Amino acid sequence: MKCPKEIVLLMHSYLDGDLQPEGEQRLKEHLRSCAACAAHFHELKKTVAFLQYAAHVAAPPSFSAKVMEAMPQERKTARLRRFMHRHPLLTAASLFLALTLGSLASSWGERGAFSVSADEHVIIRDHTVIVPKGETVKGDIVVRNGSIRIEGTVDGDVTVIHGKKYMASAGQVTGEVEEINQVFEWIWYNIKERFNRALQSIE
Amino acid sequence: MYFMDLFIKKRIKAIQKGDQNAYADLVDLYKDKIYRLCYRMLGNRHEAEDAAQEAFIRAYTHIDTYNPEMKFSTWLYRIATNLTIDKLRKRKPDVYLDEEVGGTDGLTMQAQLPSREASPEEAVESLELQETVQRAIERLPEKYRSVIVLKYMEDLSLQEISEVLGLPIGTVKTRLHRGREALRRQLGHL
Repeated sequence: MKCPKEIVLLMHSYLDGDLQPEGEQRLKEHLRSCAACAAHFHELKKTVAFLQYAAHVAAPPSFSAKVMEAMPQERKTARLRRFMHRHPLLTAASLFLALTLGSLASSWGERGAFSVSADEHVIIRDHTVIVPKGETVKGDIVVRNGSIRIEGTVDGDVTVIHGKKYMASAGQVTGEVEEINQVFEWIWYNIKERFNRALQSIE
Repeated sequence: MYFMDLFIKKRIKAIQKGDQNAYADLVDLYKDKIYRLCYRMLGNRHEAEDAAQEAFIRAYTHIDTYNPEMKFSTWLYRIATNLTIDKLRKRKPDVYLDEEVGGTDGLTMQAQLPSREASPEEAVESLELQETVQRAIERLPEKYRSVIVLKYMEDLSLQEISEVLGLPIGTVKTRLHRGREALRRQLGHL
């Protein structure tokens, strides 16, 4: 029993898998000549084997379901709060957008009066704007709550809100033609308009 | 291994975005490990189930604090280990058995006692080696118990154990050695 303490340390290093070859040699030599240490080492290895043997235990069958049941109800508000906390700019932007869209969507409902943005060179008859044959309208035309019939030429964009556009075969529009009859088109149109106006004001 | 990591990373991203179902996959993946850890630490199936559930829920509610540089399993083990250690401390153990024995540096009377059920005849008779091993683990003070369980029940590397417990590797080794010696005194003669 007068073995150096170092021998037991070597045993444990061996079990930890970090015993160097010299150490292993030394341990082996000692174990060959010392029955007490050999027994000690054998007991340690047996203990480890017992532990590993006993390792296998599985969770009860319904475990996952129970965990998911016990989960905190997420917490839509918490999620939103977390999101807002992480993305303050996006939050501000979407809040702004939501308010804007809300007011626009409601303004879509109130069908306003018939209006047209151009009155030179056009004929207006029963909520229909007519660009006569041979006439050229310079600039954009926006018709609200009415229709447009183009027989002549429009040198610009034509936008019809809550209405229809009719093109005669000879009719010509140099810019874009747009009909807006849906809420989201209306909203999109407004966003574009506001964006353009904002750009212009910056310029 | 690589695909596994990717799978886990994707789940965690989904969870962080609020997708609770993505968490079910992770629970399925780790439930046996975490349950086993809790069972070995606490020695009681009912308590182990409660603790393992609590660990998973705690991990879920703190998912924002998870650092992706650490393996997810390491993080889960850490939560579960801390939780079981808390529970063990709250048990108010028998003061007499838990007192440290002079000169043995942390080993308690309990760990030093030759186990009553562990006599060879009894163990062979009942063939409940699992039980015997479990009782021996339960006699270990918690600081040795956690290291032994993580090493031999969960098969973690020393490096992982040091991350789970937030201890230097040297300390992990020392505890492992002492834990093994204490267990040897109880199980070595079987």
